[in-house]
Amino acid sequence: MRIPPRFTQHGAIALLGGGTLVTVIILVFIVVFVLEKGLPVLSLSFLFSNPEEMGRAGGIFPTLIGTIVLPLLAILIATPLGLGTSVYLTEYTRESRITKVIRFGTDCLAGIPSIIFGLFGFIFFVTTLGMGWSILSGGLTLAFMILPTIIRTSEEAIKAVPKSYRDVSFSLGATRWQTVRRVILPNALPGILTGVMLGIGRSIGETAAVIFTAGSSLRLPSSIFDSTRTMAVHFYILAREGISSENAYGTAAALIIAVLLVNLTAYWLMHWFISRRS
Amino acid sequence: MKLLGEKGVQKILLVTAFSAISALLLIALFIIKEGLPFLITYGLGDFLLSSDWQPQSGKFGILPMVAASLWVTLGAMIVGAPLGVAGAIFLSEFAPRPVMRVIKPTIELLAAIPSVVYGFIGVMVLAPLIRSSLGGPGLSLLAASIILGIMILPTIISISIDSILAVPQSYREGSLALGATVWQTIHMVTIRAARSGIIASIILGMGRAIGETMAVIMVAGNAVKIPRSALDSVRSLTANIALEMSYATGLHREALFATGVILFVVIITLNSIAILAIRKRVGKR
Repeated sequence: MRIPPRFTQHGAIALLGGGTLVTVIILVFIVVFVLEKGLPVLSLSFLFSNPEEMGRAGGIFPTLIGTIVLPLLAILIATPLGLGTSVYLTEYTRESRITKVIRFGTDCLAGIPSIIFGLFGFIFFVTTLGMGWSILSGGLTLAFMILPTIIRTSEEAIKAVPKSYRDVSFSLGATRWQTVRRVILPNALPGILTGVMLGIGRSIGETAAVIFTAGSSLRLPSSIFDSTRTMAVHFYILAREGISSENAYGTAAALIIAVLLVNLTAYWLMHWFISRRS
Repeated sequence: MKLLGEKGVQKILLVTAFSAISALLLIALFIIKEGLPFLITYGLGDFLLSSDWQPQSGKFGILPMVAASLWVTLGAMIVGAPLGVAGAIFLSEFAPRPVMRVIKPTIELLAAIPSVVYGFIGVMVLAPLIRSSLGGPGLSLLAASIILGIMILPTIISISIDSILAVPQSYREGSLALGATVWQTIHMVTIRAARSGIIASIILGMGRAIGETMAVIMVAGNAVKIPRSALDSVRSLTANIALEMSYATGLHREALFATGVILFVVIITLNSIAILAIRKRVGKR
C-alpha cells in the first residue's frame, strides 16, 4: 500500500511540530521552575547580607561580589587580546595559511570543556605560577575560556562595517591604524560589546573552571590574590552537599536572572547594531 | 599609540592574533606534561581497559568511567539529536518567520543557563520521577542522559537552523516545480543539502555532552562500576576528575590528569571533524 505524499506531509508536520513544542516547553519549564521556587527567597537582604553556617542561613553577599569581580577581570584580560586578534584578521592580513591556523585554533579552543580549563588553570596559574586559589587565577582561566567568543563576535562586527567607510578614510590620507581607531572600531562597537556581554554571561554561569582556580572561600575578598566563591559555585555547593535547598533555589534564581539579563543586553546590542546597519 | 607608529601597532596586533592558538597550545602542553608520564609508566592498555579504580592501593583502571561517559553521551544523543533536528527543521521550514525569529533567540538564550542549574533540575525533578516510576536509585545513567540531551538541544537547533537556512532557495523551488510536496522537498533536497551542517551540530553537541561535568556529577549518582542497566548509578570521566581532584596527590593526581589527556584528545578530534564539516559547507557556497 502506498501512503499518499500529502498524508505523509501532515504526519511529518505534526511530528516535527510536536518535537519543537516539547523542546520549547522543557526549556521554558526549567527557567520557570527555578524562578518560581527561588523568587520568594530572593530579596535585597538575601543579596546583601553575609551567609551564616556555610550558607545554611543568611544571604549571598560575598558570592555576589565574586560573581561581579571574576567575570570583570576575565573580560578585562580577554577583550584586548580578542579584539586585537579580530582587527589583525580582518584589517591587517589577507586570508592565508596563518589566518586559517588562527581560526582553527580559535574554534578548537571554543570546544574545550570547562573541566579541562579547570585542570589547566589549577596546574598552570594556581600551582606552577604560584598564584594560589585566587581571583587572579580564576580570572585568567576564564579569560582563556571566553577568548574565542570575543574573537568571533568582534570579527563579525568589524566585517559588517561597509568597505566604503575604509575607502573614504584612506582617501583622506588616514593611515591604517587611524582608520581602525577612528572609523572601524567606533562603528563596530555595539557588535564588539555583544561579544563582551556573551563572555560575561558565560563566566557568570561557569563552575568547573572556577572552583579549581578561584577556590570557594566564602570570605569577602580584599585583593585579587584572595580566593573567592561565585554564585554558581555557591549554588553548586549548597545543592550538592544538601546544605539548604531553600537558599540554593534563591541563589539559582539570582544566577538565572543575572545570566538572562546579561545575555538579553547582548541580544539587544546586536539587534541595535544590525538595525542601524540597514 | 603615536609613539609606536604604524609598524609597532601592526606588530602588537600580530602578537595578540596568536593569543588563542597560544592558549590552546599552553593548555595542551600542561595537561600532557602532567598526564603523559603516568600514561607511559602505567600503560595505556591497563589504564583504559581495567575496571579496578582504587587510588589508595595504586590501581588506576578507568574502564567504568570510559563506559559511563560513552553510554551517557550515546543516551544524550538519543534524547537530544532527534528533538533538536526536528525542532530545527520545523522552525526553519514550517513555522512562520516571525515565530522562528522569536523562538530561535529564546532557545539560544537558554543555552546560556548554567549547567549547574540543569543538574539541579535533574536532582529535584527528574531523579525522583525516575525513582518512583521505573525504580532504582533515580540518580542514574538515564537521568544523566536526559539532562545532557536537553542541555545540547540549543547547540543542535541553532547550528542546524543556520545550515538549513543557508540552502539556496532555488533548490527548493526546483524541487517544488517538479511536483514534489513540501515535505518531499525538505527530506529529499533541503536536508541533504544541509547535511554536513546538521551533522556538525550533532558532533558539537556530542563534544559538549562528553565534556560536561557539573550537571553529570549532580544527576548520575557517581558509583564507580560498569553500568548494567540505564537505571544504574554511574560516574563519567569528567565527574571522576572533578570529584577527586580536590584531594588527590602524587600518582593519583597524575592519573586524573591522564584522564584529562584522554578527554582532551577525544574532544579535539570530534571538534576538528565538526569544524572541517562546517568549513566545507561554507567553502562550497
